[in-house]
Amino acid sequence: MGIWIGEDSKVIVQGITGKQGHFHATKMAEFGTDVVGGCTPGKQGQKVDLGVYEVPVFGSMISAIRETDADATVIYVPPPFAGEAIMEAADAFQQVKGQGVIVCITEGIPTLDMVKAVAYVNSRTGVRLIGPNCPGIITPGEQGGCKIGIMPGHIHAKGRIGVVSKSGTLTYEAVAQTMSIDEGQSTCVGIGGDPVNGTGFIDCLAAFEADPQTKAIVMIGEIGGSAEEEAAAWAKDNVSKPIVGFIAGSTAPPGKRMGHAGAIISGGKGTAEEKFAAFEAAGIACARDPSEIGVILLGELVKAGLRSE
Amino acid sequence: MTKAFEPCPMKLSLSVGFKVLVRVARPIEMNIHEYQAKALFRDNGVNVVEGIHCTSVEQALEAYDTLNSQIVAVKSQIHAGGRGKGTLYTPDRSSIVMEGGVKIAFNREEVETYSTNIIGNLLVTKQTGAEGKLVRNLYVESGCAIAHEYYLAILVDREEKAVLIMASTEGGMDIEEVAENSPEAIHKIWVDPSSGLLGFQKRDLGVSLGLSGAALKSFFALIGNLYRLFIDNDCSMVEINPLVKSEDDEIIALDGKVGFDSNAHFRHRAAWDEMRDLSEEDAAEIRADEADLSYVNLDGNIGCLVNGAGLAMATMDVIKLYGGEPANFLDVGGGANEEQVKTAFGIILEDENVKGILVNIFGGIMRCDIIARGIIEATKSLDLNIPLVVRLAGTNVDEGKEILAQSGLNIHSANDLAEGAEKIVSLIGGGV
Repeated sequence: MGIWIGEDSKVIVQGITGKQGHFHATKMAEFGTDVVGGCTPGKQGQKVDLGVYEVPVFGSMISAIRETDADATVIYVPPPFAGEAIMEAADAFQQVKGQGVIVCITEGIPTLDMVKAVAYVNSRTGVRLIGPNCPGIITPGEQGGCKIGIMPGHIHAKGRIGVVSKSGTLTYEAVAQTMSIDEGQSTCVGIGGDPVNGTGFIDCLAAFEADPQTKAIVMIGEIGGSAEEEAAAWAKDNVSKPIVGFIAGSTAPPGKRMGHAGAIISGGKGTAEEKFAAFEAAGIACARDPSEIGVILLGELVKAGLRSE
Repeated sequence: MTKAFEPCPMKLSLSVGFKVLVRVARPIEMNIHEYQAKALFRDNGVNVVEGIHCTSVEQALEAYDTLNSQIVAVKSQIHAGGRGKGTLYTPDRSSIVMEGGVKIAFNREEVETYSTNIIGNLLVTKQTGAEGKLVRNLYVESGCAIAHEYYLAILVDREEKAVLIMASTEGGMDIEEVAENSPEAIHKIWVDPSSGLLGFQKRDLGVSLGLSGAALKSFFALIGNLYRLFIDNDCSMVEINPLVKSEDDEIIALDGKVGFDSNAHFRHRAAWDEMRDLSEEDAAEIRADEADLSYVNLDGNIGCLVNGAGLAMATMDVIKLYGGEPANFLDVGGGANEEQVKTAFGIILEDENVKGILVNIFGGIMRCDIIARGIIEATKSLDLNIPLVVRLAGTNVDEGKEILAQSGLNIHSANDLAEGAEKIVSLIGGGV
């Protein structure tokens, strides 16, 4: 189970003939992801060697999905072309299958391109966009699993904790924290650090709440915007499973972008303190230090009767 | 940037990182001066009054003569708001020169006085911090008979994922205050990206500001042109405060603040590079940007070197939690190599306040052994003589720790972030 992608989801790689696309497609295949093909316009008919097997390259997403019956696609296309790559995938999934998951890894896509792409995806109701500027999504299996993105597969294990985060390496930190108390993950989703993105915290919380494999949730936010506050208010009424939360950026000065394009306190809004307060008001157990996520999660599992000590 | 996207080579190195996937050397934030924004407005059919950019008192006087306007505004040009209510200090900050960085001059003598007081002095506003900004540029603008002042802004609303146009009848005021005290005075419209800004939206917004007749017509044209400018130039923000109605019912942008989305640099390379004023940016941040590192200078004394933006912020937070103060935000990205680690150390050490360094790496695709070698290389070549704590986790962590332990260098190791923060704070002898 897990959310949105299963252990055996079939995945296309957009930009597979580029250096990054090829490198990460190989890593995904090694992990056990069922990579069924790549898409690079003009390179249709070629084969790409992923070490463990070869996959065909298609010239368009519509042909890639028709030929492979793919469930998901991952985009490693450079920023100038990534917005259109998202829209091409969305249209193809909607036309061929009526559904599909698009994971966009690319960092640095112009915001106005994302405004257009997100509206386009939203008008194709069966299609979900994760990212951009994110590590991707992973559903660990008994053996391998389905990794769609750039996260190190080997730090994960199948389990019952759902993880959702705006950050990359901080997500890995959260995963390591669950492992430190011998808990694995159902699905880990990186929603990305850009101001305009696809899937948000609330989508993830709703899916984790509905997923029988997920028993508790770790949610990692950061300064900027108000997605964390909205998610906390929503969770209060709609999520019965324990949530442990952390917000990065308590020490960030106002008006400065902290690496991520979206991580900025503007007009005194979007501070870590406001977000922590919203979490606490919603009954989310807060870690002030990411090294405490494991211990706090353990406490919540015990409280919920899911662990004995 | 095309380098990162060359077709995949025959053999791929394991150290290929994912940061290069998408980074191009570019300013983190791209702001321009008011005089540049006004030129952009003028070129795009957004009404402005006549004005001239100057860099000396002589030029300001010449501008006054050229403009041939009895009353002119003499405006300091810096990349920060609150100029009108700011204070000018001598460059050594020893004494106050003048209150207010934007002045109305009623004659030639006043133009001379004000421009003399502005150029070459420090302007401190609530947005510049106490250190202020050296004013190198001046804008001398014709006067304008104002009937009413409004506020107008275009920005991207991240919650609605759409372009938002915001207008208020409370012009010339701090918009955050207006939002706080009289939110009903702020009118908002969101633009559907598939249809663009529609006629009824422009009209509704104008009417909500109480405009009618010739003034409404003038507003209608201005807002359409401004929206097009915003989209065509990949702006992140356009703010006009005040936007004014003149006594002859014309709508005019009396101020102009424009920011660009730096992600769109590739579409506007020549134009933006020409407008970019490097003297307005932090020198260390520019150098970091060129090395494809993300760096923000802060006030504390513990330097940090981290991979990933979220983890870098968390590292700063935990340092503070243990009583220390971070000296910087520094994200080396997911695929940093030895050279970048070395550059990163160099940038951190340029800050004289730094008394110790905490390295926090969660190796994903990036291997800890490679990072460890980079740290040793940097420590040796830079002759590091302040405490260094290194926390490594993830891929090849044991090899990484072994390499550090075998190096014979005085590097303290930590198993998790909390331990790392605690160690570096105690090694430098507590907080600031």
